[in-house]
Amino acid sequence: MKCAVLVFPGSNCDVDMYKAVEDCLGQPVEYVWYTRTDIDEFDCILLPGGFSYGDYLRPGAMASMAPVLAAVQKAAEAGKLIMGICNGFQVLTEARLLPGALRRNEKLKFRCETVELRVENNNTAFTSQYEAGEIIRIPIAHGDGNYYCDEETLSEMKKNNQIVFRYAGENPNGSIDDIAGVMNKDGNVLGMMPHPERAVHKWLGSDDGKRVFTSILQSWREKNGVTHGA
Amino acid sequence: MFKAVVYVTLKESVLDPQGTAVKGSLHSLGFDEVSDVRIGKYMEVELDVADRAAAEERLKEMSEKLLANTVIEDYRFELVEA
Repeated sequence: MKCAVLVFPGSNCDVDMYKAVEDCLGQPVEYVWYTRTDIDEFDCILLPGGFSYGDYLRPGAMASMAPVLAAVQKAAEAGKLIMGICNGFQVLTEARLLPGALRRNEKLKFRCETVELRVENNNTAFTSQYEAGEIIRIPIAHGDGNYYCDEETLSEMKKNNQIVFRYAGENPNGSIDDIAGVMNKDGNVLGMMPHPERAVHKWLGSDDGKRVFTSILQSWREKNGVTHGA
Repeated sequence: MFKAVVYVTLKESVLDPQGTAVKGSLHSLGFDEVSDVRIGKYMEVELDVADRAAAEERLKEMSEKLLANTVIEDYRFELVEA
């Protein structure tokens, strides 16, 4: 499975994401600059956290118009696995690859700490190695993680089991329905505010994020009939 | 040449945490008459187009595509010939 870590001006979790793929999966991974227009060679596309374009206008707004996003749209339509973390989640909502939007945290504070999440749906390409309802510890670091969508979209998402993670303890940002991560209707695009790539070793404080990566690999292998290697 | 002023604000249905905080500060300063504060963005856009209809159409397009996120924001603009 060949992974791309997209890099925008202002991305700052790209190295963490790259290392997480290396450490958890040992699969080929490359940094892909935001100006690239052809990413057909990749099986999995990862949008890292950071402050692309300095959060100018709105977090993720400018990055969602970058040349590489047209290629990401195409990859999404082709059913490839796409995951956006933090700023990457913001980029995916701005690009309308995911429903809703991320607003400023309700209490306006930038929250940087480890929180508890509940795995609401473990029947996804990104969470198959978790138990349903499992509580996991993953760090957050954001000032604009207050997820919003209208009532109609929310009930649609609930119906389709698109809510993948919820905050299990205190809701750190005021997000609607305690939402921490959602996926698209087709189940191949995931966005989440917490950082699983920062929780892949016990010595990082938690290795609960590792299974997001191993789930992706397992799902890719099952889909492509690969039993070992690659 | 036209000059446009574009205003972007959170939709009425979307809570504005910045506006709420500013309202609280105004109240603590004694401006008790303040019943609501909404914070938004103000943008000046200069357009090199000849006619007004074209300018309006382009502004609408750019507002919906980039300047505002219509999931949570409303926009409006004023257009003056420069």
